[in-house]
Amino acid sequence: MTTESEHAAMTEDGDPSVAGTAGYEVISNAKLSADVHRLVIRAPRVAAVRQPGQFVIVRLGPGAERIPLTIADSDAEQGSIVVVIQAVGKSTSDLVRLAAGDRIDDVVGPLGRPSDLITSGTAVCVAGGVGAAVIYPIARRLAEIGTEVITVLGARTSESVLYAEEFASFAELVVCTDDGSAGRAGLVTDALREVLATRSVDVVYAAGPVPMMSAVAAVTKPLGIRTIVSLNPIMVDGTGMCGGCRVTVDGVMRFACVDGPEFEAHDVDFAELADRLGTYRESELTASTHVCRGSA
Amino acid sequence: MTDVARGEELTKRERLTIDRQEMPTRDPGERSGTFAEVNLGFTERLAMLEAQRCLACKRATCVEGCPVMVDIPTFVRQIEDGDFAAAAETLFRDNTLPAVTGRVCPQEHQCEAECVLGRKGAPVAIGHLERFIADWARGHVHEPPLTIEPTGRRIAVIGAGPGGLTAAGELARHGHDVTIYEALHTPGGVLTYGIPEFRLPNDIVQHEVGRLQALGVHIECNVVIGRTYTLDELRKGFDAVFVSVGAGLPVFLGIPGEGLKGVYSANEYLTRVNLMQAYAFPEADTPVLQGEHVVVIGGGNVAVDAVRTARRLGAQRASIVYRRSRPEMPARVEEIHHAEQEGVTFEFQVSPLAIEGNADRWVTGLRCIDTKLGEPDSSGRRAPIPIEGSERVIPCDTVVVAVGTRANPLLTSSSPDLALTNRGYLVADERGMTNLPGVFAGGDIVRGSATVILAMADGKRIAGTIDEYVRATSVEVTPR
Ligand SMILES: Cc1cc2nc3c(=O)[nH]c(=O)nc-3n(C[C@H](O)[C@H](O)[C@H](O)COP(=O)(O)OP(=O)(O)OC[C@H]3O[C@@H](n4cnc5c(N)ncnc54)[C@H](O)[C@@H]3O)c2cc1C
Ligand SMILES: Cc1cc2nc3c(=O)[nH]c(=O)nc-3n(C[C@H](O)[C@H](O)[C@H](O)COP(=O)(O)OP(=O)(O)OC[C@H]3O[C@@H](n4cnc5c(N)ncnc54)[C@H](O)[C@@H]3O)c2cc1C
Ligand code: FES
Repeated sequence: MTTESEHAAMTEDGDPSVAGTAGYEVISNAKLSADVHRLVIRAPRVAAVRQPGQFVIVRLGPGAERIPLTIADSDAEQGSIVVVIQAVGKSTSDLVRLAAGDRIDDVVGPLGRPSDLITSGTAVCVAGGVGAAVIYPIARRLAEIGTEVITVLGARTSESVLYAEEFASFAELVVCTDDGSAGRAGLVTDALREVLATRSVDVVYAAGPVPMMSAVAAVTKPLGIRTIVSLNPIMVDGTGMCGGCRVTVDGVMRFACVDGPEFEAHDVDFAELADRLGTYRESELTASTHVCRGSA
Repeated sequence: MTDVARGEELTKRERLTIDRQEMPTRDPGERSGTFAEVNLGFTERLAMLEAQRCLACKRATCVEGCPVMVDIPTFVRQIEDGDFAAAAETLFRDNTLPAVTGRVCPQEHQCEAECVLGRKGAPVAIGHLERFIADWARGHVHEPPLTIEPTGRRIAVIGAGPGGLTAAGELARHGHDVTIYEALHTPGGVLTYGIPEFRLPNDIVQHEVGRLQALGVHIECNVVIGRTYTLDELRKGFDAVFVSVGAGLPVFLGIPGEGLKGVYSANEYLTRVNLMQAYAFPEADTPVLQGEHVVVIGGGNVAVDAVRTARRLGAQRASIVYRRSRPEMPARVEEIHHAEQEGVTFEFQVSPLAIEGNADRWVTGLRCIDTKLGEPDSSGRRAPIPIEGSERVIPCDTVVVAVGTRANPLLTSSSPDLALTNRGYLVADERGMTNLPGVFAGGDIVRGSATVILAMADGKRIAGTIDEYVRATSVEVTPR
């Protein structure tokens, strides 16, 4: 009943981690900007099936946190996934310090629902900061399936613009920086407004800091343009077991890790999301200044 | 207390003079500062003395009260005789995880409820004796490696909770090649992420996991069925699949304020502390809010675990808010008792209306209303009825919601052909098979939130039917 090859696909060729002991190898680590790194990690099971919009949860080692990271890209042949990490606290800083050959104890995924992609018409993809890594797989797949894609990429300075070349290879690209050091000066919402004023747009996808996503939703709502945002609440298990990732969408409690992470922007309670992200602000200061355990 | 010398057979009268032996416990004052286990376990002497209380009834009603029908009179007698190795053998024959069940079974509703001594006085402390033998065995019994004839059949188990672990062990003993897929980074299910260290040390669970691995069971963590692989893929890759994913979806109350900072589901609160070791923050990276005034809503084991955890995290006041009265609390009696010793306060017959917060959206209190008990409802428990005008606010900075869990649709929604009850649980026939041939299910995902021993009983029973099924259906044996 069972063929040898099917079985091989199930276990032998799976991740080298039996019982999570051997870990997941870091194939490379490249610095993209002052605090953002691109890690390629060997995780064949995830690479084989992941789709745009999905993420992994990563736990570096004993005592480490489980943190969610979007799968920016993958190579099923090589059995690898790409994550783009902004070092904002203890766990992300520990991860960006890894070198090729180092191992991460746990990588689980792909988690979350795949993106809801339109197959024709025009989509604007808006990304702020490290949100570029979240939007990139969505925009690229949209372009592949025949949707016209316009990308609006926002960053603080020219140095922190991520993935500009990649986006430019398949989409119209508008870059905005706070200080005007690259592209135009100003917010992504200004650029978005201009695009929407001149083009007929079917869907807007947005990922980035909560205030940015909220501002994008505020721009598109009066225009009646469907808008999808990728939410980033604090998560623990990523399987719907803890409810820590709950967000309010259209007045209903949803668990972002299993019902999302993408939701219809016009229904999202952004204020609640922004607020809940601050739950551990004090604790996080303790964690990032605490030194006695040393780096993992 | 009468101490009776061994050697000569005791009379029934002599046996009846012995008091039930108390479980030695960690001093309540010391407990609030530590997650170390509260119950310290019987000494050999205490165990033998307690065993002498057993009257060796002809019709052993205690066995009938045990969901897995452990041969209680035999192992208790073997303890009385000081033959702990024999007692261990008896116990393990019917129960693969006695170190776990000896700690977490609701004995007062099972074996001990049926003990004849309980009619007039205290029943034999069967749970404590079970735990004693299991712990003794951990230090003394070194299982010789089994020589099992491999059958070449491959079986996948989804979920490494007590149901899945038990099934995997049984199936491996039958010679099958078993792989457990577990979503989290550590096996054990609720035993690892839910039940706290002070009740069930994780070392004990991992010791049992190690025994399975020694039997050749493969455990693959970080695999979410429904995401990493689908159930259909497992059906193609294995001769049979056992689904034991538990009922891990937390239920919230649907009252205002559940989005405030300081509100947790019990699953999140306990997972942060147990699985992620937040009690050791910042040595461990995962934080948990260390509230000064913690209110836990609910009355089951989960609620009691959460409230005792809050005390250990430093809460000055930790309270249970339960809508019924004390006798209706479904938690184990021993845990309620320990919680009281540890200074937990109880508010009975109180129903939560809303969680209140300040301008910064931190929790400041629980608005609730007092209730009186009405007629028994469909579950046989008396339904609470709100008393008008009794609304009040219990001040607190942390609220933990422990009002139950439901079936998690993650796996089932990715397998639309799988038959479900209207509440999302799996439907299984008397053999434990779902509507999909070769897909079996047991534990909480079939029963709804139940108990460790029932999940284990399912695992054991259904492993038997899976064994029959694969022997009957597999045509070719693939050599390893
Ligand atoms: C579905 C999902 C996908 C994500 N994808 C990526 C990604 O591709 N790349 C990436 O760099 N980050 C991503 N994040 C955010 C990332 O998980 C957090 O930055 C990380 O958990 C912070 O951990 P830390 O210990 O380094 O920082 P902490 O010390 O925990 O936090 C530092 C600061 O970050 C804020 N913070 C904490 N958790 C989050 C969060 N989940 N989202 C945003 N801010 C947070 C805190 O409020 C605090 O101010 C994603 C989050 C989610 C939920
Ligand atoms: C805090 C708490 C205290 C309790 N106290 C007691 C007690 O004192 N006594 C008692 O008898 N019972 C107690 N219970 C109940 C008892 O723990 C459960 O009835 C029992 O664990 C059910 O076992 P199970 O094997 O069915 O599932 P679980 O123990 O829930 O295990 C299921 C496993 O499956 C994994 N999983 C889920 N979905 C997937 C998927 N899609 N792919 C891969 N893996 C998956 C989960 O991560 C988990 O590890 C308690 C429960 C809790 C939460
Ligand atoms: S992260 Fe726990 S339910 Fe979503």
